[in-house]
Amino acid sequence: MTFADWISEPVNWFFLAFGLVVLFCGFRVVTAKNVVHAALYLVGALAGTAALFLLLSAEFVAWVLVLVYIGAVIVLFLFGIMITRAPTGLDEGLDSEQKALPALLSAAVFVMMAWASIDAFGTELITSTGSPTATELLGQSLLGRFVIPFEIVGFILLAALVGGITVARRDLTPAEEEERSAV
Amino acid sequence: MVLNQFLILGAALFAMGVYGLLVRRNIVLILLSVELMLNAVNINLIAFESFLVTSQALGQVFAIFVITVAAAEVGIGLAIVLMIFRNRKSANVDDLSLMRW
Repeated sequence: MTFADWISEPVNWFFLAFGLVVLFCGFRVVTAKNVVHAALYLVGALAGTAALFLLLSAEFVAWVLVLVYIGAVIVLFLFGIMITRAPTGLDEGLDSEQKALPALLSAAVFVMMAWASIDAFGTELITSTGSPTATELLGQSLLGRFVIPFEIVGFILLAALVGGITVARRDLTPAEEEERSAV
Repeated sequence: MVLNQFLILGAALFAMGVYGLLVRRNIVLILLSVELMLNAVNINLIAFESFLVTSQALGQVFAIFVITVAAAEVGIGLAIVLMIFRNRKSANVDDLSLMRW
C-alpha cells in the first residue's frame, strides 16, 4: 500500500487532521512555559483523541472521554494549578535543566514501540468502520462478563474520592478547635 | 485506515508523556504528562478493538476502565499535591528532598 493509496481515502484526511492536532497539543503539553497553557493544551489533545475515537466507531467512549476528561479532570487540574501557584513567579524553572537525556530516552521509547508495531502489523487494514458500536453491547459487557471489575473500579473511585477529601482537608489548629467548642 | 497509523500515533503520544514526566519539575505538570500516557494507551485499546471486532467490545470496556482509574488517580494525586503545597509552600519535586539519602 503506497502513500498515494492511503491519502486517497477521505477518512484518512480526517485522521491526519485530528492526529496532527493531537500531536501538536501533546507536544505543547510537555513544553509549554505556562502551567495553565499546558493544561489547556491537554484539552486540545483529548478533544483530538475523542475525534479519533469517533473515526474508530467508538462513539460512547469518545463522549465519555469528553465528559470525564475535558469536563471534570481538566477542571480539577486547573483548580490544582490555581491553588498551588506560588506567590512569586513559578513559571521559570518549570523544567529541569537536563533535557537531552530525557529526549533521547523518549525518542528511544518511540522508535522501539513504532518498530514493534510496524514489525507486527505492517499495513494491515481496519475494515470495520462506518457503523458505531452499539452502546447496548458495551452495557451488556460491563454488567455481564465484566461486572466484578466494574464494581471494583467503582469502589476504587469511591475510595479515591473519600481519600482525596480526607487528605486535602485542613485540620483545625488547637486554637480553632477551642473556638468551635466555645460556640 | 491502517491499524499502524493509530499505533504509531499512540507511541508518539506515549513518548511525549515519558519526556514530560522526566523533564517537568512541577508536580501538577508531571500528572498532566501521566494523563497523556494514559490517553495514548486508550488510543491503542480502541484501535485494536476496531481492528479485531470482539463480540463483547473488550477494547472499549478496558478503555472505560482506564478512564475511570485515571479520574481516581487525578483526584487523589491533586489532594496529595495540595497537602504538600500547604506544608512545604512549593509544588516543585526538587524541593521534596527530605527523604533523600
